[in-house]
Amino acid sequence: MSTARNAILNRLRQAGAQPLPVNNPDYPLWHPDSPAEPLDKLTELLEQNHAEVLRLNRHELVTTLRAHIEQAALKHIATGTGGEFLAEITRALAGCAEQRPFNQPLEQWKDELFDRVDAGITGCHGAIAATGTLVLWPGPAEPRTLSLVPPSHIAILKASTLYTNLPAMMADQGWAKGIPTNLLLVSGPSKTADIQQTLAYGAHGPKRLLVLILEDA
Amino acid sequence: MHNQPQLFHPQAEAALADQELRANFRGAMDYLRDKRQAAFTDPDEEAAIRDRAEAIRRRCLSKLPALLEQLEANCIANGIRVHWAEDAAQANAIFTDIIQSHGGTLAVKGKSMVSEEIELNHQLTKEGISCLESDMGEYIVQLGDETPSHIIMPAIHKNKRQVADLFAEHVPGFEHTLDVDRLIQTGRNVLRQKFREAQVGISGVNFAVAETGTLCLVENEGNGRMCTTVPEVHIAVTGIEKVVELLADVPPLFSALTRSATGQAITTYFNMISGPRKDDELDGPKEVHLVLLDNGRSQAFVDEEMRQTLQCIRCGACMNHCPVYTRIGGHAYGTVYPGPIGKIISPHLMGLEATRELPTASSLCGACGEVCPVRIPIPHLLQRLRREAKQEPRPGVPALRGQGAAKSKLEAFVWRSFGLLTSKPALYRLLSWCATRCRSLIPAKLGPWTRCRTAPKPAARTLRVLMAERNK
Repeated sequence: MSTARNAILNRLRQAGAQPLPVNNPDYPLWHPDSPAEPLDKLTELLEQNHAEVLRLNRHELVTTLRAHIEQAALKHIATGTGGEFLAEITRALAGCAEQRPFNQPLEQWKDELFDRVDAGITGCHGAIAATGTLVLWPGPAEPRTLSLVPPSHIAILKASTLYTNLPAMMADQGWAKGIPTNLLLVSGPSKTADIQQTLAYGAHGPKRLLVLILEDA
Repeated sequence: MHNQPQLFHPQAEAALADQELRANFRGAMDYLRDKRQAAFTDPDEEAAIRDRAEAIRRRCLSKLPALLEQLEANCIANGIRVHWAEDAAQANAIFTDIIQSHGGTLAVKGKSMVSEEIELNHQLTKEGISCLESDMGEYIVQLGDETPSHIIMPAIHKNKRQVADLFAEHVPGFEHTLDVDRLIQTGRNVLRQKFREAQVGISGVNFAVAETGTLCLVENEGNGRMCTTVPEVHIAVTGIEKVVELLADVPPLFSALTRSATGQAITTYFNMISGPRKDDELDGPKEVHLVLLDNGRSQAFVDEEMRQTLQCIRCGACMNHCPVYTRIGGHAYGTVYPGPIGKIISPHLMGLEATRELPTASSLCGACGEVCPVRIPIPHLLQRLRREAKQEPRPGVPALRGQGAAKSKLEAFVWRSFGLLTSKPALYRLLSWCATRCRSLIPAKLGPWTRCRTAPKPAARTLRVLMAERNK
């Protein structure tokens, strides 16, 4: 279709539009008044958007995770094959739920992931306080569908990776120079208001989102 | 048979007479307006966000051809295959080729207005490929063999009882209920099966980033993620105007979009796709394609004034605040894009011949322009299109498809006479005096004018006479 390409580009060029320089009028971004505020804001907004949030210290991760899994009666749990928290996740699951590591291509266990797995556990690349958002960078160790297909998603976040707003995080980490094949911002469990403006959770993605925030990590 | 813009007037009248439809739209529009208002509590902040969003869109359009080439190069470098289509037929042929080359028979689709524009579902069905809508609203619309009535909330013309009736008719095993949670679960269960079966996932694009070759998708449900993650092939389709220059342009536009559309500070998911599954990855599509569609957009682009139409980020705020849309709903327009934005973009997509009535379907109250997050001067563009529909192309101004389609000799004569009358004081005095004398001779029925108005009756004395008496 290179004929279409050239024809379209030629028509657009013939307009002779004069390129405008980058002129970005300031617009207000959220900034905290105190050091504790970003974490409180993140928690508040996530909860407003129907996520469950638990704040804990890293040494409590195993027990907290296990308590949640037992309380929610999660039986089959998909995990990554790497990532910072894999050892703790594995310890938490031992004896209370079946751990299914995502160690083969999706096609080879699609039915199981869709039908049998109750929850997926992932880490987070970071988070954004201003909007109550988790940032996920899926990759080989924690594939994309881990946070998408199972009806519950459990996300583990280190408080030290929290940024106040998205532009700050993008600029500071140089996203324009390199991002993964799929980068995700997640701000709650899946929802829809498509039927008579009535909010319902669990449209197509996870119905429940549990965020474990490690305050000392 | 779906509605047509040529039949705007009878369609609007039918919509106005439908009490249930009007109640559904009234409720939905009030809801969306309140949400937007709550998201912009500080007028200064609102102005600043709109200034930024407008500046970005204007800059990106000013460099459009160069940015499209940059986007193409960076997408290719990321492993995304790029296709160009002049019109709907070419775009559909590209889809068909890709899907058939994989032996695909089932595609799942996330919400995409461009795919509505090219009637993709319909065309793929003809080729033996079923294409299932997976956004809840779109799924409902597809079950009812309808078209979306709003660009953000496609099924707002239906209430929950109508949705339940539709499920009862089409979904085997559905137990009738008015509980929205259970209705949504019904849709979830049907579609979940399809996500895993489909060979191909189709999506639109909210922002295509030239700098990084990234496709951004905004959604709340997760169906967009499903369509772009689970099937082996992902095909994204977008209009050529959706490209942005820098990754840093995305956050302000995203914020302007979600706040204007549904009053959300952010949507549940923001999905940034920069390539297919890599060798060491275990999921994600093995192929990603991007289809860039013109379909009349370059016509708007070559005219500096009409170029502003392409600043649109498809938030739907203009329709939510339009007194006409609120009363007649989206279907009456007979176009894919309804409401104020539809009235200024459709003439470029479909030609003025078919859409000549649309720019007149406005009271020019200006609400659309006041809420537009990228400050498209919609009322001004409506007036421009009204004029273009009435006059022949003129030198120095790019001609529009169907230009002059609404031209009428009688109307042209009336305006010429009025011009003459108002520029010759003596003639004006004479004729207005005559009008006061003949005021009782004005017939009660004046064709279309008196269908919903009383006939005008000139005053007994002219303003000049009254003023002369007063100043005596």
